[in-house]
Formats: sequence, C-alpha cells, structure tokens
Amino acid sequence: MSCFETFQAYALRSVGVGERLLPGSDFTLCEQFTLIGSGMIWNIYFGVLALATGFFFAVALAVAKGSANSAFRKPAEWFIFLFRGSPLFIQFFFAYFLFLNLKGVHPVFGPFTAAWLGALIVLFLNTAAYTAEIFYGALRSIPQGDIDAADAYGLTGWPRFRRIIWPTMLRLAWPAYTNEAIFLFHATTLVYFSGFPAWQQKGDALYYASYFADKTFNPFVPYPILAFYFILLTLVIISVFAVINKRLNRHLPQARRAKLKLRMNLIR
Amino acid sequence: MYSYCSDPDALSTFRWLSCYLTTGVHMSFYWSFLKVLMLLAITAPVALGFGFLGAMAARAPFSPARWIGKGYIAIVRGVPDIAFFLFFVIALDQGIEWLRHQVKCPDWDQPIRQGSDFLVCSFAKMPLNSAPQWQHEAYGFSLAVVTFAIVFGAFAANVLFGAMRAVPYAQVETAEAYGMTHRQAFWRITVPQMWVYALPGLSNLWMVLIKATPLLFLLGIEDIVYWARELGGTKTSRFTSYPHGDWRMWYFLVLLIFYLAFTKLSEVVLERIMVRLTHAQATLGGEAQRKAS
Repeated sequence: MSCFETFQAYALRSVGVGERLLPGSDFTLCEQFTLIGSGMIWNIYFGVLALATGFFFAVALAVAKGSANSAFRKPAEWFIFLFRGSPLFIQFFFAYFLFLNLKGVHPVFGPFTAAWLGALIVLFLNTAAYTAEIFYGALRSIPQGDIDAADAYGLTGWPRFRRIIWPTMLRLAWPAYTNEAIFLFHATTLVYFSGFPAWQQKGDALYYASYFADKTFNPFVPYPILAFYFILLTLVIISVFAVINKRLNRHLPQARRAKLKLRMNLIR
Repeated sequence: MYSYCSDPDALSTFRWLSCYLTTGVHMSFYWSFLKVLMLLAITAPVALGFGFLGAMAARAPFSPARWIGKGYIAIVRGVPDIAFFLFFVIALDQGIEWLRHQVKCPDWDQPIRQGSDFLVCSFAKMPLNSAPQWQHEAYGFSLAVVTFAIVFGAFAANVLFGAMRAVPYAQVETAEAYGMTHRQAFWRITVPQMWVYALPGLSNLWMVLIKATPLLFLLGIEDIVYWARELGGTKTSRFTSYPHGDWRMWYFLVLLIFYLAFTKLSEVVLERIMVRLTHAQATLGGEAQRKAS
C-alpha cells in the first residue's frame, strides 16, 4: 500500500470510516503517523467540547465561590475540592462504573457508558472545577480601584459584572487559563485507559500509539510520533489563546500588557 | 478470618461484610494501599534528587550541561505525562536488557530487533527467567519508581531552578566578595536559602504526585486500581463463597474518598511546614507573622 492509500484507509479510522482492520504486521512509518493522527480527532473533540462547555460552568462556580451567601459558596467549594482533590483517572473509573450501574436501572443511560458522552461529562466537570479555581483567584485580585470607579459611576448588579468585573477577571485569568487548556488536552489521553472501552478499536492518539508499541514491542517510534502531534497541538492552542489574550488586553498601554507565560503540563 | 466465617451464606449482613472484607484477596487490596504510600515515600526524594541535578545542570556555566538540563525540563513538560509513563517503562526495561546483553553475551551475532521481537540472550534477561516471583515484582516496582522520578524530576527541576534564581543575587555577590568560590557560594548561600522559595512549588508538586499514583496501574503494577477492578467485578457462587453483583463503583468510590482524604491531610501538613519555614524570613509572609505575634 502506498502512503496515500494508507492515508485514505486510516485517516478517519478513529471515527469508524475506512478500513475496518487495523494493520497487523510490518508496520510502516506512514501507517503509524496516519493512525495516531487519526486518533488525535478524539483528543481534539474531547478537549474542545469540554473547554467550551466547562468555561461557562466555571464562571458560575467562581462567582458562587466568591459569593457572600454560604448557600452558594459551600456547594461550589465542595464541588471544586471534589474534582481538584482526586485524580482524574479515578474520576473516570468511578463515572464509568456509575453509568454502568445506572444503565442497569434504566436504558436511557446507555450512551453515558460510551466514551464520547461519559468521558466528555467527566472532563467537563473536571475542567470546570480547575478553571473555576483560576477564575476565583482572578476575581479576588481585581483591583479595588476598578470596583470603586464602577460604584462611583452608579453601576451595580449585572451591568457592573458585565462591564467591569467580567472583562477584568478574564484578562487576569487568561495566562493561567491557557495552561489549564493545555493540561486538559493532555488529560484527554487518559480516557481510553480508564474503563471507557474503545469500541471497534476506535480510540484516541495514545490508544493507537500504545497499540503500535504493544505490537512492535518498540516504544521508540510511536511515542515520539504522539509527542510530535501533541507539541503541534500545544503550539496551536498557545497561538489561539495568545490572539484572545491580545484582544483582552487591547485597552492597556503596551508596557502593562500581560505576556502569556507558559508553565506547562502537570498531571491532574 | 473469624471463626464464624466458615459458612458465609448463613450470616447476617454485618457479619457477612466483616468476613467478606477480611478475605485473603482483600488483604492484598489493603496491602496495595501500602504499595502506593511506599511509592510516594521512595519517589518523592528520588524525584527531588533528579530535580536538583536537573536544576544544577540547567544553570551550569558549562554549556552542554546547560543544554541537557534545559532540554530535560522542556521535553518532559511538553508532552502528556501518561505517554511518558508508557514510554519509559518499556524503554528502560529494553535499555537495561540491551546493556546487559552487550556485557554478558559479546559473541551473539543475531540482531536484537527481529521484526516485532526484542531478543536478548537468556543471561541478559532482567530479572532472569529462573528468578523467584518477588524479584519480578520488585523489578517492576523499581522501574515504576524510576519512571515516576524521571517525570517528576523534570517538574521539580523547574521549581528548584526558579527558586535558585529567586535567592537575592546580592547574597551571592557578598559571598564572592568575601572570597568564596563559585561552588562554595552555591552550597553555603544559595542552597540553604532557596527552600522557602521552592516550597509552594514543591507542595503543589506533591499534590500532583499523589494524584499521579493511580497511573501505577498502567505500568503493570498490582496497585489499588487493579485490585478495585478485580474485587469489584461480578462474582458468582461458583468461584467464590461471597457472590455479589458489580460493585466496582463502590470500590472506586472508596478510592476517591481515600485520595480526597489524603489530599486534605497533605494540605494541612504542608500549611504547617510553610508557617515554620516563613518564620523570621525577610518575606511578606514572615513580616505578617512578626506583626501578628
């Protein structure tokens, strides 16, 4: 098979399009690149959707945690502690078996035992908790002068939040949020190693990389390929977030603009 | 374990549970908690050592050492850690066997990689095929420790590198003005003072290390995740005298609570250490303590 044919057969393998059988022997470099790249579709799917949905929940959580009313504050604190204090790996396992039990109660819960929904929900809750902590920190470091100025202008309640607190919070939180986004994409590699089955061998990039490593007993090819893809993905995330960061800081004089500082990759 | 456990079917719920939770396999489950704690206890200092070497290399005046140190920090931090775990366990194992192969069987003429096999002579196997079971387990466990130490060493190197730079430079200059060599100034001035700057980063790292321990499961160790899956699975009365349905959810709930409790405990202890270390330091925290007392 030429490399182009391999690409046609396996480029969308991870979503079930193309050749059914995975290559079984005599693996070429092209096959490894194509299949692991195909797996990246799932990493991007989980990462993008969890970030996009988690963002809004995180804002709500952060505001709740910063609230003076303990009926809002306590649940938010507990939620954040629960998801930040325990390993994501265990959360995946627990959620999977929970959904499995629920499926036994009612078939409505069937889709939840599949990775595309079940793991997405866990990632959504997890990233919401981590992001909420970042946003909460940003909320607390909003300059008092900004709030005083808002009060002086007679802004209260929703307009004050919408026009003063929210943009400043985002601006302050953005560098840390960029790191969180990078961790989240790295964390998506855990999905298929934590209970959620890769049905019909449709898995993510790490799933295919470890497939090749197991078959060839040679870790020196597939894992560097995976690393290459992830470094590429990380660079894309950084540049997208840098554009947004620039926009969030556009009103500030040049010297005071916060540069994105990258502190990457801690396990959750 | 107890005398009344001989006929589990006839027992009341409470007594049944007391028997069920003290079977031999459950003892292995409890033992695996100790394994996790042992891994933490061994890995933390080893990783700190790796981190210290990495940080020293990254700020060395000799440029190749600096490149190695900085490269080590950058590579490990740029790639998903789980990929590193999966990679290093095989790579280390093959590396060790390859080295032993070179030393022990110099007259072996076949290639080591044949298709999808990795073949070394039988004297180079690690551990030897004839070795007792505990040696296999110990070898697997030490590979896991080294893997953890390599990955977390890079994180620690980053923290320590920052902490070494945070020590006021005037201190080092003063030391050199007093005639200390570069090395003396490093060991007598920089190293003793850097810990207070490093502690927030290191305590964060400790939390992360705790949360990384379930990944032991991926390295092929029979850890708590392994046993929770084994024990929780549906058991029929044909294979065990304690049949039950799918209880894996409850086992993982226990693990979840274990980790939450452990995190909370660590937070409290680290907070106390921080209070101790900031005592009488010329930092904001130290100043606040002085005013409060």
